[in-house]
Amino acid sequence: MTYEFDKDDLKKIDDIKAKYPEVMPATLPVLWLAQNKFGHVEPEVQRLVAETLGLPEAHVHGVATFYTQYYKEKKGKHVLDVCTCLSCQLCGGYDMLNHIEDKLGIKAGETTEDGMFSVQEVECLGACGYAPMLQVTNDKYVNNLTKEKVDKLIDDLKAGKTPEYEEIKMPLRKVD
Amino acid sequence: MSTADWKNYEPVLIPNTKDLHKIDVYQQNGGYSALKSVLTDKKKWEGPSDVINEVKAANIRGRGGAGFNAGLKWSFMPPADGGPRYLACNGDESEPGTFKDRKIFEYNPHVFIEGALIAAYAMEITSIYVYIRGEYKDYIDMMQKAVDDAYEKGFIGEDILGSGYSVDFYVHSGAGAYICGEETSMLESLEGKRGYPRVKPPFPAQKGLWGRPTTINNIETLSHVVPVINKGADWFAGIGAKNHPGPILYGISGHVNRPGVYELPSGIPVLELINDVAGGMRNGKQLKAVIPGGSSTPILRADQLDGVTMDSDSLREVGTMLGTAGMVVMDEDTDMVDMLWRIAHFYHHESCGQCTPCRDGTGWLEKILLKIKNGDGEIKDLDLLLDITTQMEGRTICALADAAAWPVRHTINRFRDEFEARCKKSVHAIA
Repeated sequence: MTYEFDKDDLKKIDDIKAKYPEVMPATLPVLWLAQNKFGHVEPEVQRLVAETLGLPEAHVHGVATFYTQYYKEKKGKHVLDVCTCLSCQLCGGYDMLNHIEDKLGIKAGETTEDGMFSVQEVECLGACGYAPMLQVTNDKYVNNLTKEKVDKLIDDLKAGKTPEYEEIKMPLRKVD
Repeated sequence: MSTADWKNYEPVLIPNTKDLHKIDVYQQNGGYSALKSVLTDKKKWEGPSDVINEVKAANIRGRGGAGFNAGLKWSFMPPADGGPRYLACNGDESEPGTFKDRKIFEYNPHVFIEGALIAAYAMEITSIYVYIRGEYKDYIDMMQKAVDDAYEKGFIGEDILGSGYSVDFYVHSGAGAYICGEETSMLESLEGKRGYPRVKPPFPAQKGLWGRPTTINNIETLSHVVPVINKGADWFAGIGAKNHPGPILYGISGHVNRPGVYELPSGIPVLELINDVAGGMRNGKQLKAVIPGGSSTPILRADQLDGVTMDSDSLREVGTMLGTAGMVVMDEDTDMVDMLWRIAHFYHHESCGQCTPCRDGTGWLEKILLKIKNGDGEIKDLDLLLDITTQMEGRTICALADAAAWPVRHTINRFRDEFEARCKKSVHAIA
C-alpha cells in the first residue's frame, strides 16, 4: 500500500512545525498524525514521515520504536491496553486481563482473527486511584473495571459504540 | 495552618468549584489576578526578581519528586541575553502510584497556565512548552483548549495585559515512555528524539532545549505559584510541615475504601491519610505496607508508620521519601514477592537502555524475582538481588537505576521472611 499525506495533512504538519524552532521536534507529533490517519506507523509510514519532514529515515524509525504508543505493526480496530502495573495489579488488573483474554480467545499481544480487537498488557497509565483500568486505542480510559463492565465495553465496541469520557468526581473528604 | 488543622484546610489547586476548567469561571473566581498583579502592579513587583524572591521565600519544594526549592531553581537561569529561553512543564506523570497532575489538567488547567506564565515572566522566558504523556489524550485536548482560551483573552501571546511582556505557550504530547518524566529525557523527547537522559552538567538552566537556558518544573509545582502570589509567601510557608510546606496533592491508591487525589497540607500523619481521608482499608482488612510516594520510594511496613508524617523530614527518618506523594496502600493479603516482581518488571520495561548497569540490572532483577515468584528461587538469590542493587545505584546517567534498585532492596530487607519463605518452599518442593 502506498501511504500519502493529503493537502489537509500537509497544512497540519506546517502548523506543527511552526511550534518549534527546528524541524526535528515535529517527529513525535507527525508520527501521531500519521498513526491517527493510517492506524499504525509501519516502516512505510515511517518513511513517509521522514520524507515529508526532510529527516533521516533512521531517525524516524528510532523514535517510532522507542515509544510504546506507536504501533509498529497493524493492530486490530480496537486496541485494549490493560494496565497491570502496581496499583492495578493490587486491585485485580491481571484478573481483568485474563478475563479479556478468555472472552476474546487471544493472549495479550495478539489480535482477534476478525481484526476487531488487539489486547496488550501495558505499564502504568496514571489512573492508579481508579484501578483496575484500561485504555481503548490510545484514547479513552475505562476505569474501575469489573468483569461486567469489561463485557459491556466489548459488546459496545462490537456494536460500533466507543466509550465516552469518564469524569471521575472529586472524592469528598470525610471531615469528622 | 498547623498540620493538626488539616480538616479545616480549603483546597486552592483543585477546589470543589463547578466548571472551574472554563476560563470565565476561573476568572470569576479570581483567576489571572496573580498574573495581572505581577505584570502590572509595579509598586508591588518592581521586576522579575521580586517574583523569584517571593517564590523562593515560600519554599515551594518541587512536587515532581525531587523536592528542590522552586524559586532557587528559577534563580539558576543565567541573565537574559536577548536569545530564546524556555520553560518546560513536566506533565509526563508515569510513576506507578502517581496520578495527581491529571487532576489539575482536568479540573483547574488555568491555575497551571497562570502559574507557568508567572514563572516564565520571572525568568524572562519567551516560550513555554507543556509536555504531557501521550496516554492522557483527553487531558491534552483539555489543555489545548485552555491554552487557546487564554490566548484569546490575551493572557498568552504578544504584550500581555499591555505590560510589554510576550510569551508563547505550546502543548506537546509524549508517546509512551516513563523515562520521559526525567527532566533531560523530556527535553530530548521535546526535541523530537528518543528520550535518552542527558549527562549533567551542563544543567538545563545553562544548556537546555535547543542548547538554550531552560527551566523544568512539575505541573503541580507551577500551579502552587498562583496562591503564593495571591496570598503571599508567608501564607504558603505557614501551611503544613515546616521544611516542606504548602498544600500537596496526595494520590492514594491500592486497598483503601476511597482512593483518589486529595489536596491537603503537607505533613499529614500517614495513618490519618489512610484512615480518615481515604476511608480506611477495604473489606475490613489489616494494613500491611505503604509505598509513600510512587513506586520508587522505599516501602514501609505497617508497624513503622506510627507518628510518621507526609513530609521529607519525617519520611527520611524511617528510610523513605515523599517523592510524588502518590501513596500505594497494601493490605494483609498482598504478596510481597508478586508485588515486587511487578515493580521490577515495570523498571525493566521502562529502562531506556542507554546505561549498562540499568539496562542489564533492571532485567536481572526482574528475572531473579520471577524465578523466586515461580517457586524456583534460592536463599542466595536474595543476597544476589541486594548485591545487584548496589551495583546499579549511582552508576548511571539518570536516576532510573536507583528508582529500580530502591524498592528491591527495601522490600527484601523489610519483608525478608516472606521472600525467604518463598525460596524455602522451592527447596521443599525439590526435596
